[in-house]
Amino acid sequence: MFDFLSVLHLEDATVRMVLFGSLLIGATGGALGSFAVLRGRSLMGDALAHAALPGVALAFLWTGSKSLPVLITGATCTGIIGVLLIQFITSRTRIKADAAIGIVLTVFFGVGIVLLTHIQRSLVGNQAGLDKFLFGQAASMVEDDVRVMLVMSLFIFVVVLILYKEFKALIFDPNFLQSLGYSLQKVDLALMGLIVLTVMVGLQAVGVVLIAAMLITPAVAARFWTERLHVMVALAAVIGGVSGATGTFLSAQAPRVPTGPVMVLVATGLFIVSALFAPRRGVLARWLRQRANVLRERRHHLLRALIELAERAGKAGPFSTQELMDELGWERRRVKREAKRLRRLDMVTLAHHGVEATPAGLAEGTFVVKCHRLWEHYLVYRDILAADHVDRPADEVEHLLTPDILERLEEILRRDHGIDTDRVVDIHGSGSGYRPAGRERGEEVG
Amino acid sequence: MTDAAWIILTGVLAATSCALLGTFLVMRKMSLLGDALSHAVLPGIAIAFFFSESRAILPMFIGAATFGLLTTLLVEAFHRRWSVPEDASIGIVFTALFALGVVLISVYAGQVDLDQECVLYGEIAYTSLDTLLWNDQDYGPRPVWILSGVLIFNLLFVGLLYKELTLASFDPGLSLSVGVNATLIHYLLMGAVSVTTVASFESVGAILVVAMLIVPGATAYLWSDRLATILGIAVAIGAIAATGGYYLADMWNSSIAGAIVVALGALFGVSIFVAPRQGLLARAMARGRLSVKVAQDHILLGMVRQTERGAEKTWRRRDALGLASVHPWLAYWALRLLQGRGLVALEADATVDLTAAGRRQGLQLLRGHRLWETYLNQLGLPNDHVHGPADSVEHYLDESLQQEIGGLVPDGGIDPQGRLIPGEPTAD
Repeated sequence: MFDFLSVLHLEDATVRMVLFGSLLIGATGGALGSFAVLRGRSLMGDALAHAALPGVALAFLWTGSKSLPVLITGATCTGIIGVLLIQFITSRTRIKADAAIGIVLTVFFGVGIVLLTHIQRSLVGNQAGLDKFLFGQAASMVEDDVRVMLVMSLFIFVVVLILYKEFKALIFDPNFLQSLGYSLQKVDLALMGLIVLTVMVGLQAVGVVLIAAMLITPAVAARFWTERLHVMVALAAVIGGVSGATGTFLSAQAPRVPTGPVMVLVATGLFIVSALFAPRRGVLARWLRQRANVLRERRHHLLRALIELAERAGKAGPFSTQELMDELGWERRRVKREAKRLRRLDMVTLAHHGVEATPAGLAEGTFVVKCHRLWEHYLVYRDILAADHVDRPADEVEHLLTPDILERLEEILRRDHGIDTDRVVDIHGSGSGYRPAGRERGEEVG
Repeated sequence: MTDAAWIILTGVLAATSCALLGTFLVMRKMSLLGDALSHAVLPGIAIAFFFSESRAILPMFIGAATFGLLTTLLVEAFHRRWSVPEDASIGIVFTALFALGVVLISVYAGQVDLDQECVLYGEIAYTSLDTLLWNDQDYGPRPVWILSGVLIFNLLFVGLLYKELTLASFDPGLSLSVGVNATLIHYLLMGAVSVTTVASFESVGAILVVAMLIVPGATAYLWSDRLATILGIAVAIGAIAATGGYYLADMWNSSIAGAIVVALGALFGVSIFVAPRQGLLARAMARGRLSVKVAQDHILLGMVRQTERGAEKTWRRRDALGLASVHPWLAYWALRLLQGRGLVALEADATVDLTAAGRRQGLQLLRGHRLWETYLNQLGLPNDHVHGPADSVEHYLDESLQQEIGGLVPDGGIDPQGRLIPGEPTAD
């Protein structure tokens, strides 16, 4: 890691240390945040952080000291009181959790503001630095602070390693955890305790107002990349660490700008990148998948149209664009575009007199038609739907059936209902004879 | 008017405007969206500041409404389309936008009259310095004018759309079926919240305004069940806290906005305990009254049962108290109440005796108990399982219920344990 820093030519020990501290904050926040977000405690972290502010002020008022351990102790106390109050309010009154969180968050913050302004106005000279806890100032970290944070982070990581399985069960299957004889409340409390500590680690550099983002944003960003918890935790730690260090680095370029917001913006940037470009769960990947499905469906529809036209005409084609437009209900442009796409796949040939299926296209088209019709038969004979309601569902299912399923379907229909499944798809005009209730194909495509 | 009066007036106007709308946020379980919204309008305010290079209110309203809408849309989009959990989605959106706002403000801090302190807790103390000058004429503090406008707007909004807001808040399905577009109402409310937030922003800052939105509504919800009443109480609470907050800040030499929030918190804290019906004290008292009634019933029942077994007994007071099987003090209180109602007589030699009225009352209770047992038995509950439930129900079976059950129980004479069910009480 120090190699990474020297690449940035940050030889200065102070800068290196501040960056290390920020990295630590981000990594701890990301890792713990994964559990918090999955357990639905995202905004609890926010309430907790705001509730820490009066603690910072009180600790200073009582001890007159501004050393990090003292202030963090105070912050932890009021933070925990805040969390307990939220639980008290939701369990003992009819106020719902959202309002309870909002009330505790703002009222504690209000108390904190009152105390801070009181300190500022009454004790001139000695108060500088406390307001850093609002929006965070990474540059104010000194070596002792980083040492304290390192100890807390190590503690957090060790506890997470020890209780990893319990937390995992708590998130995904609380009943299972209970059936193993664990107390749900105790495991939940342990997680809450770690969230408190995590918030305290970042309090000085990120500030009470925005520290919640360091729990939420990297975790949600990591969630896009993976379905596995341990990968998510590790990835969130990396994303958080990168956000922390980069944010500190950037905000150091403009001393007026507090660190917390910049870290949060970097994390948000990483979140957006993840949401857009992550494989499988990302927006782009999902769009591509959907697009591929749409294209496949269109391909199937065009090939089926060619086969059904051939059935009715008693000849193998070619068929004009106009005929296909009538059969499919598509615009001319779409017919032409999809036909070209199919030609690239060698499934049709295009000539001036129209579109004709190649043997490969015929094979795939036959498969789709067979899926469609056998599914219709199946729905009717199983008394699932009436004959005039089966076309739509079959339209949807035809793209999904695999050769195995089709084989099974054929077997069932042949055995139980005596249907000659080969003739169902005889392209020389006898297919329509097998339509349930003798309905003509032409009626519904009109 | 004095400075203090202007400041209090500003606080009251801001708090009441927020309370009106915030009540609906609380009722709709959208407090946190309100929280997010008031944070997220910050970049809108900052951008409006830079473009107009002044505190002109219209650009700020437009900027805030834009970002308010953006927040609502983004939270919705992340949640529904990107399947981010809703609370995490709120968390991401508002922290990102708020961070953006803070960065913008700190980058341009030297150039405009807007700083981090203002964002945090506003500048209500300087209200009277910020006067509205027009044609060289002093028309009083500008924030008062703006907030008055917003309050009137909010009153009109709630007044004109009261039915629609109520319907859309409590039953979106029904609201849609009678032609009220719940989604439209939702966005209108969010728009109004954004505008109110901005108007209050200068005075109380972006974070403390959340308290003004949520706390009055939540507090009022403890005091009443009717929406109109809740709205009224919420507004009153806002006004009281704003006034009280000013004097608290004066006393503590602290931020006024912060002190207003502390006052709101105090009112909420007190309400949790003293609110009628919903308050913890009221509920504890109701529980207490019930347990004293149960204790009285048990004493009467125990004594009647003893008489029924045929063995007349002289009840020493300690034995009578033991019948209640509760703490002796509570039992003693129950006994004194029974005496007060003329149901038992406390003799001089520390013995207790049932009066005629007490015997009648006890038999009535016993009848209820045994009828219920018989009834449960007919429903198919085995004989040895009916005593427990009947023990808890006996206290609630008044005469009309007893009559009804008596009708359902054909052989009204004998209970499942084979004991006689006492007949209906006869008038003296």
